[in-house]
Amino acid sequence: MLGMPTLPPPAPRGVGHLRGDESFPAAARHALADTQLRANLGHATRTIRAKRASVVAELPDWEELREAGRQLKVHTMAHLPDYLEQLEAAVTARGGVVHWARDADEANRIVVDLVKAKGVDEVVKVKSMATQEIALNEALEAAGVSAWETDLAELIVQLGHDRPSHILVPAIHRNRSEIRRIFLDEMGDVDPDLTDEPAVLAGAARLHLRRKFLSAEVAISGANYAIAETGTIGVVESEGNGRMCLTLPKTLITVMGIEKLVPRYTDLEVFLQLLPRSSTGERMNPYTSMWTGLTPDDGPQEFHLVLLDNGRTQVLADAEGRDALNCIRCSACLNVCPVYERAGGHAYGSVYPGPIGAILSPLLTGVEDNASLPFASSLCGACYDACPVKINIPEILVHLRARHTETYAEEHRAPSAEAVAMRTLSYVMRSPLRWTLALRSGRFGRLLGRRRGTIGEVPLPVVKQWTETRDLARPPQQTFRDWWADTHSGDPS
Amino acid sequence: MSDAPASARDVVLGRIRDAHRLAPPPDLPYEAIARDYRRTRSASTDELVELLVDRLVDYKARVRRTTPDELVATLAAALRDQGVQSVAVPAGLDAGWLDGSGVAVRRDRPADGAGLTVAELDHLDGVVTACAVAVAETGTIVLDASPDQGRRLLTLVPDYHLCVVRADQIVPDVPQALALLDPVRPTTMISGPSATSDIELNRVEGVHGPRTLEVVVVTSSSDSGM
Repeated sequence: MLGMPTLPPPAPRGVGHLRGDESFPAAARHALADTQLRANLGHATRTIRAKRASVVAELPDWEELREAGRQLKVHTMAHLPDYLEQLEAAVTARGGVVHWARDADEANRIVVDLVKAKGVDEVVKVKSMATQEIALNEALEAAGVSAWETDLAELIVQLGHDRPSHILVPAIHRNRSEIRRIFLDEMGDVDPDLTDEPAVLAGAARLHLRRKFLSAEVAISGANYAIAETGTIGVVESEGNGRMCLTLPKTLITVMGIEKLVPRYTDLEVFLQLLPRSSTGERMNPYTSMWTGLTPDDGPQEFHLVLLDNGRTQVLADAEGRDALNCIRCSACLNVCPVYERAGGHAYGSVYPGPIGAILSPLLTGVEDNASLPFASSLCGACYDACPVKINIPEILVHLRARHTETYAEEHRAPSAEAVAMRTLSYVMRSPLRWTLALRSGRFGRLLGRRRGTIGEVPLPVVKQWTETRDLARPPQQTFRDWWADTHSGDPS
Repeated sequence: MSDAPASARDVVLGRIRDAHRLAPPPDLPYEAIARDYRRTRSASTDELVELLVDRLVDYKARVRRTTPDELVATLAAALRDQGVQSVAVPAGLDAGWLDGSGVAVRRDRPADGAGLTVAELDHLDGVVTACAVAVAETGTIVLDASPDQGRRLLTLVPDYHLCVVRADQIVPDVPQALALLDPVRPTTMISGPSATSDIELNRVEGVHGPRTLEVVVVTSSSDSGM
């Protein structure tokens, strides 16, 4: 007999990269002061926005594809247990081994044990958000195993002792001359005459990693999707580093969030059209690899699939937030976001930056562990328009702000500044007399705004929190209601 | 109830069921999912060839067009122009295709021998294969490891991939390509040569996969007015 349902736990603290060291406003302040970073981000996001817009415009059925993608995801989330069991059975039937991980610690332990059992001290990796989320590289390092990131941007981040700042292009905050400098300083075997031509830099990465690819025994990947019906896993990439990892090593370990499921093989016809156009702005990415368990004498002869929860089931329990799990990690929302374009990815603290990160990270960790993120948005709605599976990010942001306000009031036995302000406003607006008096008191604002024509920071408790980041226009001499009363007195209407 | 600790599998599946009970998901049956996008477009062979070629060239693949009668000469010319002296071919590739090309041909897993090793492949100049299907709208070549396409590593390690596409293998779009594929075969979709967008979000060709992709499109004389 089923008991009362309990709320599934969030992603645990102390492991992984879902929580930043400082709040978004504090972190963004450093980023905003870095003019090079802002120039790099502005250039890159402008480039990708134009490319995406042109390839999306080529498809007359783009909106129908988005709607199909959305509905497929909504359907899948509602039938997740059935589809996960179906996937497990299909992968197992084709010679793969399926592991389940409640959280980051358990997933890391499973992977480390598998790698140690192979007796190797290094692995090659395909870029994967899931393994970044759980900090798998750090766990491998602690166990004496070197993890080689093979995606060019990941390599730039790893060699630069840096953190990823974008879902698709983790080194988007670097320009070509910075990348050249990192390669010269860190690659060891690099040609000292290296130029900053992107093709030359890509060539250096090719040489640097080639020996690793040809000799690696174990590879670790993520997954862009898994087909429940057939057990087929797919990885979408550009460089061929994915194919190298998925094809040459004897053992392949794939770590995948439980939400990455697609019911049937045919359903890929939707996502293979939505994903490349939304992410790199291409009609199709250069390489898509699909495999189903093991194929004798072709590719890895040992395959492990690790299914990761790490807070996802808690997201599923939030009726208004759970659509965040529908994300296919294309990063279109980052590229159109005015806040991301200026603050950059590091300011979000988590491996999931930008608009999707501002909802996904607090949903996975519990809102209080990422309390500033739902506020890291102007709610302009560009992310919703760009999202290939129509996640209503602004609506979820507002929902999370409300969740934070309620939790804050409960935990502190005192309402937050916003709650006080809104409650006061509601009291004032309920009575015509109070409203008229309040509007007239706006004249007080004219005094505050006398010098600049706008009202800046007001150094009063509570009021300061609101005004330190906002400028308010200086109120007019007369309110509209006073003006109406003056000019229409005695009007017969 | 047993006293054994619950497995991670049971715990995760139990959490999902709890989540569904706390926040019941909308009821949207699979069959009711709206699929109003294009799935059954048709186009003439000429149109498909033109579109495929346009898209391949746009993503920096090289393209040659030929007829069945001219195929052998076209392949020989492509290999010569690329300066290729040795190629790998999959076990089931038509043995006649490279007749008279003058290049050293290493066949993978011939009936009487073993497969090529990674080290051997790394020393070959290129690889020649057929394909399973091609998608005109996206400029995509799909390989499904059939005997004339071979194991996945063949088209990955050598730096030059020469791929033969018959005009009747070209379909208009992604939905129609997937309908022809068998999911359990290891499948590789290739759209242009290896590339990256990692530096300033600009596409640059040539990273780890073959840096040159050359596609030979074979149209029979009845397919077009040529």
